[in-house]
Amino acid sequence: MLNEEVHVNEVLKKYPSATREDLLDILHDIQESDPHHYLSDAALSDVAAHLGMDLADIKGTASFYSMFSFSPRGKHVIRICDSPPCQLLGATTILQKLIDVLGIAVGETTSDGLFTLETASCLGVCGVAPAMMIDQETYGNLTPTRIAEIIEQIRREDEAS
Amino acid sequence: MKLARSLVLIEIEEDSLLAGAKAVEQAFSAAIEEQGLAQEIRVAETGNLGIIGRGVVVVIYPEGTTYVGVTEADVPEIVSEHLLKGRPVKRLQACLAPCRDREKKGLGLTREQPRIVLKNCGIIDPESLEEAIAVGAYEAVERVLTEGISPAGVIDEVIQSGLRGRGGAGFPTGKKWSFTAPGEEKYLVCNADEGEPGTCKDRLILEGDPHRLIEGMLLAGYAIGAKKGYIYIRGEYTLPIGRMTRAIEQARANDLLGDHILGSDISFDIEIKKGAGAYVCGEETALIESIEGKRGYPRLKPPYPGQMGLRGKPTVVNNVETLANVAPIILNGADWFRSFGTKTCPGTKVYTILGHAANPGLIEVEMGTSLREIVYEYGGGIRNGKDFKAALIGGAAGAFVDEAGLDVAMDYDNLRDYSAVLGSGAILVLDEDASIVELLQGILHFFAHESCGQCATCRSGTDRLVDILSRFCSDAGTEKDLDLLLRVSKLMQEASFCPLGQSPVIPIESALRAFKQEFLDYKPVLTHS
Repeated sequence: MLNEEVHVNEVLKKYPSATREDLLDILHDIQESDPHHYLSDAALSDVAAHLGMDLADIKGTASFYSMFSFSPRGKHVIRICDSPPCQLLGATTILQKLIDVLGIAVGETTSDGLFTLETASCLGVCGVAPAMMIDQETYGNLTPTRIAEIIEQIRREDEAS
Repeated sequence: MKLARSLVLIEIEEDSLLAGAKAVEQAFSAAIEEQGLAQEIRVAETGNLGIIGRGVVVVIYPEGTTYVGVTEADVPEIVSEHLLKGRPVKRLQACLAPCRDREKKGLGLTREQPRIVLKNCGIIDPESLEEAIAVGAYEAVERVLTEGISPAGVIDEVIQSGLRGRGGAGFPTGKKWSFTAPGEEKYLVCNADEGEPGTCKDRLILEGDPHRLIEGMLLAGYAIGAKKGYIYIRGEYTLPIGRMTRAIEQARANDLLGDHILGSDISFDIEIKKGAGAYVCGEETALIESIEGKRGYPRLKPPYPGQMGLRGKPTVVNNVETLANVAPIILNGADWFRSFGTKTCPGTKVYTILGHAANPGLIEVEMGTSLREIVYEYGGGIRNGKDFKAALIGGAAGAFVDEAGLDVAMDYDNLRDYSAVLGSGAILVLDEDASIVELLQGILHFFAHESCGQCATCRSGTDRLVDILSRFCSDAGTEKDLDLLLRVSKLMQEASFCPLGQSPVIPIESALRAFKQEFLDYKPVLTHS
């Protein structure tokens, strides 16, 4: 896809004399600028060529880290914390509510391509447990009612834009 | 900086941002402007004020009045009553009668805290170098330069202070530095990959007082002879990464980082490396592998990083909180530091009190403070008037401590006797209705998910632990299964390659010691708070 090439090239331009040590930063940048928040095979091949590394090596490294995704994700990525502090304060109910509201299982994307639902280990905002992140934004002190409101609000904002 | 009659400090950090801190800040600026007070009153942002889960927190100086749960709608009242007429708005004040000390200090919790690490958190604007300098940032560096203290002198002072690593095991920091092999090229790495569930103390230091960390790294780098430092921060920590990046740029622009710092022979610079979601990277050699752009597999030790670390060169890896203690030690001396805490563990410890505590929050207390004091005096006891059941100390790799352990004076040595770990400073408080079985299940899932897969013991072992415990969740577990659970985890402790696989025994053994019957009686139903 032409569009994809552009954003990958833009990122790689920022790392002119990159070495392996820049790999994670490069992958972060590419994933953040991708409209589907993932690392495509084409993008990884470009990175491999840029760093002079094997594609297998790049994939092997990237797949170690849970923040990287290798399949297209929705416009908004929901990451709900399932670590003990959130669990203690009701994260299981919150996750179930998300599954109900979105009509998808963990790891899936809604048919309109708007949301992908994922679980995450501790997001580091335990003071407002249970918590989740939607893209770069953190939401805390969640209740089932708030889940419905938050999702509804994002849907409305998307329709408006 | 222009002098202002009053200062309105608004806590801007991840928790308060969720509660609308930015809107409150704008409302203050607008209302102050409207009242014609803009010349007299300054509105500024600050880091965490030590209060968690109470919405937007605002402190007004010079009185040090703390307001919690402030919304946009409350702002006009605070401005017209407090700032114009000098009458605090009582209904929003954090806590009234019992909190004299708190009001004096401008802190939010119920008891005065000796603050070394968090001294400036919530007092200064973390995005301003000037404010940091105004409260003493870089004075320790100045002392080293003007008094000509040698690197060995810095190491000696830190050894004398008895500072121990605040990341986990509590290894003496000065000794770690002195063990660094000689060499032209050395590195200092700050471990800010705070992944232990229930821990956010390092985030709050990074967000609240970034220059404190830079100064600590500068001193540590000087002591060990490193010219380059790295801060490895969790990829999820967007705000701390932004604040640290900014602080590093400010320090460079003011000759506090880079070549020939303040005209001296010392050169040191810092680079931020972002993690990408791997708990195991909190282990120092896995972290080094990750900085090198590889899978975060722990390395075989020895050689320790002090001999052969980043890029094969001698490297010291220290935790954020450890490094944040260095500048005050160099400035005030080892004896001063030893006046806090216990004989074998001097200084303070930063904790996050979470879970069912009435006042969840961030506190800094002297080493050796008992769990009872932490839960009841700083954490305000158990919420909703319930009884204390247990606390999980130290995150997933932590131990359950029941009522019998409430009076343990918490430091590295005493907790080790209790086979608990102080490390991450996470204190998850559980009330009488909390299910230890479900919590342990969550912990074991966490380990299975985060096992890096390098060694078979941990890779298969963590899965086995989940399988065994899940028998109780389908009501088929027996006492024999509990024995098996313990046996497998002990085997993992013996045979796993790194601390991740060696850790599950800690929560398992402590849970079974105090709550064995609960497992046998467990009826699988979901409990919610």
